[in-house]
Amino acid sequence: MLSRVADSLYWMSRYLERAENTARQLDVTMNLMLDPGEASAETRWKRFVASLGRPTGLEWNGDLEAMTRGLVFDTSNHASVIYCVNCARENARQVREEISSEQWQRLNRLFHHVHSPNTQLQARDNLSDVLAGVLDGIHLFKGVTDTTMLHGQGWQFIRLGRYLERAYATATLLEVFHPDLLSLPDHEHSGYKYLEQVGLLRCCTAFEAYCQVYTADIDADRILEFLVLNRDFPHAIRYCIEGSLQAIDSIQRSGGRRPPEELRAAIGRLHAMLGYTTVNEIISGDAAAFLHSIRVQCMAIHEQIYGHYVHYSIQSALTV
Amino acid sequence: MSAGPIAELEGLLGDYPLDDAFDEMREPNGELREHYCALAETLAKLPTDELKRRKQSADISFLTQGITFTVYGRDEGTERIFPYDMLPRLITAREWEHIERGLTQRITALNHFLRDIYSDARILNEKVVPQELVYSCKQFRRQMRGLQVPRNVYIAVIGSDLLRLNTGEFVVLEDNLRVPSGVSYMLTNRRVMKRTFPQLFHNYGVRPIERYPQLLLSTLRSLAPEGRPEPNIVLLTPGVFNSAYFEHTYLARQMGIDLVEGRDLVTHDNIVYMRTTDGLKRVDVIYRRVDDDFSDPLVFRPDSILGCSGLFNAYRAGNVTVTNAFGTGVADDKALYAYVPKIIRYYLDEDPILPNVETFLMTDEKERKHVLANLDKLVVKAVGESGGYGMLIGPHSTAAQREEFAQRIEANPRNYIAQPTLDFSRAPCLIGDQLEPRHVDLRPYILFGDKVNIVPGGLTRVALEKGSLVVNSSQGGGSKDTWVLQD
Repeated sequence: MLSRVADSLYWMSRYLERAENTARQLDVTMNLMLDPGEASAETRWKRFVASLGRPTGLEWNGDLEAMTRGLVFDTSNHASVIYCVNCARENARQVREEISSEQWQRLNRLFHHVHSPNTQLQARDNLSDVLAGVLDGIHLFKGVTDTTMLHGQGWQFIRLGRYLERAYATATLLEVFHPDLLSLPDHEHSGYKYLEQVGLLRCCTAFEAYCQVYTADIDADRILEFLVLNRDFPHAIRYCIEGSLQAIDSIQRSGGRRPPEELRAAIGRLHAMLGYTTVNEIISGDAAAFLHSIRVQCMAIHEQIYGHYVHYSIQSALTV
Repeated sequence: MSAGPIAELEGLLGDYPLDDAFDEMREPNGELREHYCALAETLAKLPTDELKRRKQSADISFLTQGITFTVYGRDEGTERIFPYDMLPRLITAREWEHIERGLTQRITALNHFLRDIYSDARILNEKVVPQELVYSCKQFRRQMRGLQVPRNVYIAVIGSDLLRLNTGEFVVLEDNLRVPSGVSYMLTNRRVMKRTFPQLFHNYGVRPIERYPQLLLSTLRSLAPEGRPEPNIVLLTPGVFNSAYFEHTYLARQMGIDLVEGRDLVTHDNIVYMRTTDGLKRVDVIYRRVDDDFSDPLVFRPDSILGCSGLFNAYRAGNVTVTNAFGTGVADDKALYAYVPKIIRYYLDEDPILPNVETFLMTDEKERKHVLANLDKLVVKAVGESGGYGMLIGPHSTAAQREEFAQRIEANPRNYIAQPTLDFSRAPCLIGDQLEPRHVDLRPYILFGDKVNIVPGGLTRVALEKGSLVVNSSQGGGSKDTWVLQD
């Protein structure tokens, strides 16, 4: 597969995952703000922006409605849903011949949906419905991606983008919420804190799955355990890293080129770290640093993928 | 027999005008041509709302499929759907047979001509075609001189523009021998039309065109360098900002080949490679949708970043086939066009089957004087332009425009030709709720590998604006599906 094509598929997938993450977190945050709670709207907003990775242009200015609309519809804001959807579509357009017509039509519909004046009008009345529509569009796209596209290298690059973006986003979210929600002693349990913790799980669509594993007994350590170390839940970091590892293995198996040891090592190291750690070890050590190191390693893996599959030098390729 | 349908059509026809121009649907006396009767009956039976509804659902289908072209120079909404008309243009089996023979003859002769001028130049030495006309052409590429081209095929993919005069006769307006586009619209129009008028389509017995991508692929394969039994074939595009980008992706996908940009290619030791996730992979055949000028900065325009450095040397070494070959634009130069009938006679010793449009060369003093005196009746064209740019349409021009063109012609006579303003044929189009006639041309697509292949049909382009003679999509033109009927 052409390096440029792999690059575009990878980024198409990352941008869609990013749009999904922004839309879901925004929906949850707006929902939490309905309850007065201990934290002010400003604090909540700032925490929300931090959990998106502190993109610029989202500083608190008091006008919550305008800010939320901007985060959905402002094409000049690089964190906005519309910007991510635009980028995903632009990447898809550049590899139009590599993806299936169903995928392209799905993505196109999503694109026209977020750009439609009707949608913007609807957002004034009910932002939540609009966000639900966006999430639906993204889920449908993922569905046709899995059912209509050849599960070859291109599909693996799509998976790789999706899992790396998601692992990174979950780690960022936990790192931000950790000091407030996950490190306080449990006797400080108030109704509001319960809501916030459920909100955190909802940001990762994890509430129902959590209940299946631990019952509705919400507990900070368990949340951490579930979102970092669970093998079976698709938004848990460990699950994502395992998915990335499988994708890399498949890409290497399908290509004739010598597998890059450094890449395999970087992703294997993170995979092992998540596989052989207990939540008690994380809590008794420096949990914040642990979460941070996950993010750093995700970035390193991204660099390795680039160096090997996309931006390699011609000399290195000719000597093989 | 046609009185019935005409009466039923009354509501749709309104005051459908008939004049000197050939009308594709109606005889000069107003009756329907026989092959249009079935279409007219179907339309007459449909409620007007139903036609509109079908048009809307087809529009949505184009938009979600992203069948769009890029409008240059705008930021928002740079993608437009290609305007199209719902009613098919019908061509009878007899008419098509004539067109097919004519184009085959013409393309064969033009290919001989290209081979000749880039090797012995016999036709120039024998003064059948003036050599200064060839050597002064901007599209003439010295670099091609003496270069052996696979199978001696210079032009593998051609789209010639035909018009129908008021005599009912088809003439060739121009040959596109460089990078003709539009074939994807021919294919997608057909897909949409089959869904819009399934029963009608079935009843008419339309000849299929869907094989085009496969024919193109086998044409490209037949031109692969020797010793490469399983050639790696790619389509080279200028990239996502090109107005025909949709078509490039469409064709690449339909053929199952890689769509590459210049930045995906590298050359080493006169071999072209593409950068893949598995390392470098050798490229054998390039279906080029990038102009000569932008193909290789080492040989052509040095400031271009769209092409691939070293491509031409690899081509010259015979390690890669690039098609169409470089320098084919010399044979679709609008001044050389005037000599095509002579070219056909010279190489094939046959009379041209499809005639040319009468053309005045500005390099000829007598003709130039005639043209300058009659600018208000003629069409003046720059020889190297396409897409409807650089044109003066005399009857629709202002005195100032004519004055400007007169000066330009005097300053550079080689750069212009003139033709009579043609009253070419009109076909019925759905405008609002009514049928109105609009001018149409026809661009069939010709493939030339081990033999000449023309899929039955082509792109019928429509000047959607009332009275307009310009069919180019960049200038407000649209398209129609073209149904070539079986006997």
